[in-house]
Amino acid sequence: MGDVVTDRLPLFPFLSPGDDPFTPVGGADLRRLDGPVTRVRLPTGGWTWLVTRHGDVKQMLRSDAFSADMARPGFPLLRQAPPQTPEGRRGGFIRMDGEEHLRLRRMLTAEFMIKNIRRIEPLIGDVVDGALTALQAGQRPADLVAGFALPVPSLVICHLLGVPYADHGFFQQRSAILLDRTAGPLAVRDAVTGLRSYLGRLIEDKRVSGTPGDDLLGRLITERVRTGELEVGELIGMALLLLIAGHETTANMIGLSVLLLLQHPQVWDRLRAEPAQADAVVEELLRYLTIVRQGLPRQAIRDVEVGGRRIRAGEPVTALLSLANRDAEVFDAAQEFDPYREAHQHLAFGFGVHQCIGQPLARAELRIALTGLAARLPGLRLAADPADLPKRDNSIVYGLAELPVTW
Amino acid sequence: MSGVTADRDVCVGAGMCVLTAPELFDQDDEGLVVLIDGKPDPDPALTQRAVLLCPSGALRVTGS
Ligand code: HEM
Ligand code: SF4
Repeated sequence: MGDVVTDRLPLFPFLSPGDDPFTPVGGADLRRLDGPVTRVRLPTGGWTWLVTRHGDVKQMLRSDAFSADMARPGFPLLRQAPPQTPEGRRGGFIRMDGEEHLRLRRMLTAEFMIKNIRRIEPLIGDVVDGALTALQAGQRPADLVAGFALPVPSLVICHLLGVPYADHGFFQQRSAILLDRTAGPLAVRDAVTGLRSYLGRLIEDKRVSGTPGDDLLGRLITERVRTGELEVGELIGMALLLLIAGHETTANMIGLSVLLLLQHPQVWDRLRAEPAQADAVVEELLRYLTIVRQGLPRQAIRDVEVGGRRIRAGEPVTALLSLANRDAEVFDAAQEFDPYREAHQHLAFGFGVHQCIGQPLARAELRIALTGLAARLPGLRLAADPADLPKRDNSIVYGLAELPVTW
Repeated sequence: MSGVTADRDVCVGAGMCVLTAPELFDQDDEGLVVLIDGKPDPDPALTQRAVLLCPSGALRVTGS
């Protein structure tokens, strides 16, 4: 591993061209990739293999030859790791492997399965309606990110978990730091500590209250903590993961989706006229936008072959979902946004044992938010030059920082 | 006659099978896959698609 000369390797992560949020990797960077599995340089000094083909990404993410544990020496990091404490990592099963991961994930699978999400669709509908009513009552032009894209999924996840939405300023500011790959290690540590103690107090209040309540955290206290299956420190980490993953992702998808749909008025009109088509539109938005643009990092724990390359135990590997979702072998005219294609094979939610547990919720939120917006604000239009919109280039989850609109 | 098997020890409850072929797959109280009985492969193409999309490799087509 030590003998790789990194200076000449292309620098990762790649950025979208400043004026084109829909191209995940610009032409100059693409031309520097000398194969479907190739080395790139990391901002923290080392390098990682970059896996870019759809089939190779699937094979890699399903293989048990890779670890997702960021604390392993040699793991591909986009920013310097904060000082590690065992307590700071507890419950964060997105970074665990094998049985340790499965044990915690399986405590949540039933919560997020399709039939349970269907039960909360009326709640999502109410949240969307409420946000649109507030938007219509406010000034024009309005920022659709702050006024709609962010509050909708935040209100929903707060309701599901049993976290007071009134505290959203506190946790949104800290989750932005956790997702910012330019944040310093101490800022990251403080954000984690702040969020963990906030959630710890919340869980403690529910625990001592005698009636923990019928939200997800309350149920986990009653069914798992009181039975001795789950420790409070683990529950705090699970809540932290759900709170962050549960609103930042969908929020960025809504913002980018609206920008794209405003450039495809026939699709926008069709969302209103035929909301039943919305599921197919949402799948193609997920493929085409692939907001987890910086890929999924892993480390090989034994020698393994991916895409004809031999990867050795200990080597860092990154699955680049955005390019896999533009693989011409799998998607015809892959660079085109075509909401009537078969997009179901996309990898926007990852693949393998860590594949997004919240995907039924994300799909429902996107469908209800976008059809609601198209129905209530049919004349929606951009109130800024699309080339000038501020992007979240440094965030692990790509999106627009603002989207000025009018109607 | 082709069919499908589901390995609950491998399943991670992502629900891709239920999304793809709801007449063939369900998830139980634990969120893990269960096969809906009495459906002799309603649509082989959808079954095949569910197998392809299952992220964990829990589903397999059996027979020929
Ligand atoms: C459109 C919105 C979303 C996208 C694009 C997305 C994307 C992803 C991706 C790519 C992964 C895999 C990470 C990896 O393998 O390293 C993941 C995992 C995860 N997501 Fe999502 N997600 C979205 C919405 C949500 C929502 C709404 C929730 C809330 C419940 C959520 C919770 C999670 C959790 C807990 C994991 C970790 C699963 C595990 O490690 O087993 N996500 N997500
Ligand atoms: S798609 Fe696979 S992992 Fe997901 S619920 Fe079905 S069998 Fe389980």
